[in-house]
Amino acid sequence: MAVLRGNLMERISKDDVKHVAKLAELEFSEKDIEKITSQLDRILEHVANISSVNTEGITPTSHILDIKNVFRDDMAEQSVTQESALKNAPDEANDGFKVPKID
Amino acid sequence: MKNEYEPVIGLETHVELYTNTKMFCGCRLSFGEEKNIYTCPVCLGHPGSLPVINKKAIEYAVKIALALNCKIKKYTIFHRKNYFYPDMPKNYQISQYDLPLGVGGYLDVDIGGYIRRVWITRVHMEEDTGKLLHKGTTGRISESEASIVDFNRAGTPLIEIVTEPDIRSPEEAREYMIVLRNLILFLDVSDCSMEEGSLRCDANVSVRKTGEDKIGTKTEIKNLNSFKFLQKGLEYEVKRQIKVLEAGDEVIQQTRHYDSKTGTTKALRFKEEAHDYRYFPEPDLVPIYIEDKMIEDIRKTIPELPSVKAKRFEKQYSLPKYDSNFLANNKDLSDYFEQCCRHYNNAKNIANWIMGDFSALLNKEKMIIKDSRVTPENLCKMLEIIDKGKINSKIAKSVFEEMFSTGGNPQKIIEDRGLEQISDEGLLEAIIEEVIKDNPGAVEQFKEGKDKAIDFLIGRVMAKTKGKANPGIVNDIITKKLS
Amino acid sequence: MEIHYLTAHQLKDILEKKQISCTEIVESVYLRIEEVGDRLNSYIRLEKESALSRAGEVDKLISAGSDIEDFMGMPIAIKDNICTKNITTTCASRILENYIPIYNATVIDRLESRNYILAGKANMDEFAMGSSNENSYFGTVKNPWDTDRVPGGSSGGPAVCVAAGEAVCSLGSDTGGSIRQPASLCGVVGFKPTYGMVSRYGLVAFASSLDQIGPLTRDVEDCAAMLNIICGYDRKDSTSINVEVPDYKSFLKADIKDMRIGVPKELMVEGIDREVKEAVYRIIKLVEDMGGIVEEISLPSLEYALSVYYIIAPSEASSNLSRFDGVRYGYRNVEARTLREMYRRSRAEGFGDEVKRRIMIGTYCLSAGYYDAYYEKAQRVRTLVINDFKKAFEKFDVLISPTSPTTAFKIGEKMEDPLTMYLSDICTIPVNLAGLPAISIPAGLSGSKLPIGLQIIGNVLREDNVLKVAYSLEKAIGFTGRPGL
Repeated sequence: MAVLRGNLMERISKDDVKHVAKLAELEFSEKDIEKITSQLDRILEHVANISSVNTEGITPTSHILDIKNVFRDDMAEQSVTQESALKNAPDEANDGFKVPKID
Repeated sequence: MKNEYEPVIGLETHVELYTNTKMFCGCRLSFGEEKNIYTCPVCLGHPGSLPVINKKAIEYAVKIALALNCKIKKYTIFHRKNYFYPDMPKNYQISQYDLPLGVGGYLDVDIGGYIRRVWITRVHMEEDTGKLLHKGTTGRISESEASIVDFNRAGTPLIEIVTEPDIRSPEEAREYMIVLRNLILFLDVSDCSMEEGSLRCDANVSVRKTGEDKIGTKTEIKNLNSFKFLQKGLEYEVKRQIKVLEAGDEVIQQTRHYDSKTGTTKALRFKEEAHDYRYFPEPDLVPIYIEDKMIEDIRKTIPELPSVKAKRFEKQYSLPKYDSNFLANNKDLSDYFEQCCRHYNNAKNIANWIMGDFSALLNKEKMIIKDSRVTPENLCKMLEIIDKGKINSKIAKSVFEEMFSTGGNPQKIIEDRGLEQISDEGLLEAIIEEVIKDNPGAVEQFKEGKDKAIDFLIGRVMAKTKGKANPGIVNDIITKKLS
Repeated sequence: MEIHYLTAHQLKDILEKKQISCTEIVESVYLRIEEVGDRLNSYIRLEKESALSRAGEVDKLISAGSDIEDFMGMPIAIKDNICTKNITTTCASRILENYIPIYNATVIDRLESRNYILAGKANMDEFAMGSSNENSYFGTVKNPWDTDRVPGGSSGGPAVCVAAGEAVCSLGSDTGGSIRQPASLCGVVGFKPTYGMVSRYGLVAFASSLDQIGPLTRDVEDCAAMLNIICGYDRKDSTSINVEVPDYKSFLKADIKDMRIGVPKELMVEGIDREVKEAVYRIIKLVEDMGGIVEEISLPSLEYALSVYYIIAPSEASSNLSRFDGVRYGYRNVEARTLREMYRRSRAEGFGDEVKRRIMIGTYCLSAGYYDAYYEKAQRVRTLVINDFKKAFEKFDVLISPTSPTTAFKIGEKMEDPLTMYLSDICTIPVNLAGLPAISIPAGLSGSKLPIGLQIIGNVLREDNVLKVAYSLEKAIGFTGRPGL
C-alpha cells in the first residue's frame, strides 16, 4: 500500500504520469507532461490530508442508499436496429465496427 | 528424467449461461446470426446507459455454485474491471472481484482408478465481450490489417469457475473438464458447447520436482478449446517447461496461446501491459443479498448429479459400475435409460442397447438421443420381442436400424418384412434334412469330431431361412440328427 | 414584464386565460435568444424549428379543450449531457461533437409525456467537469449579470438560459454543485434532489455515485412543479429509489415557525467572501423573525469533503469516460494506423485539459498500490461525512449555508490553478457525498450587483423541508433582480 503524503512526502513523478497516461489511453507532449505532473502533484498533495483521518472500524461507502437486490426479469426487450447500432460508428465494414490493426 | 517432474495445473473455465436475455439488458442472446442485431444502448456502451441485473442469471450462477459444493456468499457485489479492448463496449467489464458469489467448493473427478478432488476457489459472475473478426487472409489477429467488432455477444451472462492448482496431469485436466461439462449440462443452465465457445477454458501451468511443495513459475495457456486440445496443449506446455528447466533456464511468467495446427504453445507476440485492472465497486449497481430462502429454492431445482446418479443406477438397476457411469454422465442417455426402465424390466439389456448399437448410430449421424426417432416404448417393445424368441439378435439389429431411420414400430416392421423367427420344429426339420443332404462333406467332418462343421451347417440353414431360423433350435435338431 | 422573464406558472395562468399562445411564448423566447445569445453562448444547439412546430401542435391541443398541465408547451433548455434521441448530445466535448443518441433519457421521456418543448441543448463544462463553464469545446458561457464574469459551472448554460430569459426553465446535472453553484452565480433557483430520486438513465455519467439531475427555475414554485415531473422510480436505473413521490407543490407554504435550522460553521469560515457571509447573516435574522430556530452546528468531517470528492469523482469518471475510444461513436483520429495509437490520439485530441486532468487523477487513485490509500480511504471518510450529516439532522430540519463562497468571478481568473477552481464547490460538495437534497435560492445582490445564493440542505428524502424553507425565504427576501442586458 502506498503511503500518502503527510506521512511520507511521496511525490508523483513524470514517469508515474507517463504510466498512468498509458493505463488511461491518453498521450501528452513532453511539455504537457511537465505541466500536468506539477498540477497532479499539487492536487494529490491537497487530497492527501485524508490520510490523517482516523477511519478505524469505519466501513467504506460505495452506495449512499440502503437499496439491495435490484433485478430485472429475464424477459426480452426490443433491441435497436443494426442501422441504429452502427449509426454513430466512425468506421464500419461488413455490418460491424471497424478498428485499425490491433497492437 | 521426465518422471522427476510433476505438473501443477489450475483451470479457469468460462460458461455462457443460456438465459433468454443478456446479463444487464433485455437483448436476446444470439447464436451466430447477422452482426450487431442484438444490441441496445446498454450493451453497446452508449453514454448514459445503465445496467440492471438479470435475476435468472443470478439464479443460474447460484445453481452452479451449489452443484460445485461452494459456500454461497450472503453479500456479494459487482466490480468494474478496467482495460481497453475493442470488444469491450465500455472498456470495463462488470465482473466480481473480492466478493464472488461462491467460494470454497470442490469437484470429484474419477480418473479411472482414483478420485482427484479438485478444489474450486471461486465461482463468479460477469458479462461476456463482443466478438472480433480479423480482416485479412489468415483471420489471425497478428496478420490482419483491421478488425471488425460484433457486439451481439457483448453482455451475455458468464460464469467463471476457478480451481486451485490441484490438477496433476493433462489427462486429469481433460477429465475435470468432461466432468464439469456434464455437471453443468445436468443443471440445464448452459449448452456448454466448446465448439460454439459457450464453454471456454484457460489453464495455469507450472512444473516442479516431484515431492516439492513449492509451486514453480506458471504460464497461462489460452485457446484450449476442446477436450483434446486441452490435453494436447498442456502436454506440450509441460514438456516445454521441463526442457527449459533441464537446460538450466527459468520459466518466464507469460500468457501463451495454443496453436492446434502445430500442437505447440506460443508466447503472445504482443507484450501485454502489466495488468492493472483498477477494480472498484460498480457504482451503477446495488449489492446483492442472497437470502437462505433463495438458496433453498434454487437447491430444489438442482437435479440429481452424475456421481449420485451413477451410484443409484448401480444399486437400483444392478448395473455394472462401467455402465452406470457411462449412462449417468450423460443427461440425455440417463433420462432415456430411465424412461425405458419404466416399460421393461431387464435394465442391463436396455443399457447394452443404448451403449452399443444405439450410441453407434447416434455417433454416426451426429445426433443426440433426445432427437432420435426411436421412442423408449418402441425400444422396449423390440427387447420384449427378442426375449420371446420371435427374432434373433442379428435380425434385431436390422429391425433397429429401420426403427432408427423411420421411427417405426418394431412389431410392424417385423410383420411387414416377414422377419419373425422360425421356431416351428417341423418346418425347420425339413430344411435341415435338405441341408444335410446337400453338404455331405460337412456332415463327414462333424462325425470326425470337428465341432466347427456344425457352425457351417447352421449357417446354411440360416441362409436358406434368410436369417429367420431360431439358431438354438436349429443347433439342437442338427446335433440330434447327426449323433 | 417581458414574456421571456415570466415563470412557468405565470405563463400557465395566462395560457389558461387564452391571453397568449404557446407559439407566442416560444417566439418570444427565441427573440430573446437572438437578442442576447451571441453575448452569452449559453446554447450549444437550438431547436427552433421543431420547437415552433411543437408549439403549434400544443396550441391545437389547447384549443381542442385539453387541460393545461404544468410545463405544457413551455420551452425548456436541456443540459447537453442529457440524451435526446436523434438530437446531438455533445457533453460540450469534441469527442462527442457529432454524437446522436439512439435513445431518450428517462427525464426526457417524462417531459415529452407532458408536452414540453425542447428549446435547445445548453452549454456546459465538458463532461460536467468544471465550476466556471470555461471548459467547453463550444466556448465559455458568460454571466448575464456581467459578461466579463463566469456563470459558474458545470451547468452554466442551463443557469444562464433561465437567468437571461432564454428558456422558461432548464434541467441540469449536479455532481458536486453543478446545478446549485451556477444558479447562485446567476441569481436563479437550482435544486439537487436526493440521490436516486431522479433517474440517471440517459444522463452521461461523470461520477455515478454522485450525479443527479435537477431543475433550474425562476422561482421555487416552478422548481417544485418540475420535481413532480422528473422524480420517481425508473426500473432502468438500479440506483433509483422505489418510493411514492409526494406532490412537491404541496410543500409550498410560507411558514417556518418552530422549524429548526442549523448553520454548519465549517461552511462559514475561511474563503467565504464577507458580502456572502453578511447575506447569510441577514437571512438568519429573517428566519428568526419568522419564528424559526437557528443554531450553529459543527460537522468536523466537512474539512475533508473536498479531498474525498476529488478522489471519488475523478476515479469514477476515469472509468466512465473509458468508453469514449473512437470505436462505436464519437471522435476518432483517422490517421492512426494501429488500435492503441487510435485510442490515444482520439482521446488526447477529443478531450479537453480539465477532463484529461481528472481522468489522470482518477486512474492514479485506482491504480495498483494506491487504491487503498486513496479510493478506499476516501470511501471511508465519506462514511464519516454521512454520519456527521445524520447527527445534524437528528437536531435540525434543514441546514443553511452559502451556495458558493464567492459571487461570480472573472473569466480566466482561476483557469491556471485547478485547485483554486475546485475550492469554488466547497459548500456544495458535501451534499453530494451524502446524497442529500439541497436548493440554492437567490439571497440578494452584492455591492457590485452580482447575485449571492443561499443553500438549504435537507435530510435524505426530506425535499419537503427544503422546499418549505426555500419558499418561505423566497417570499421574505423578495428577490426580483434581473440582469441588465
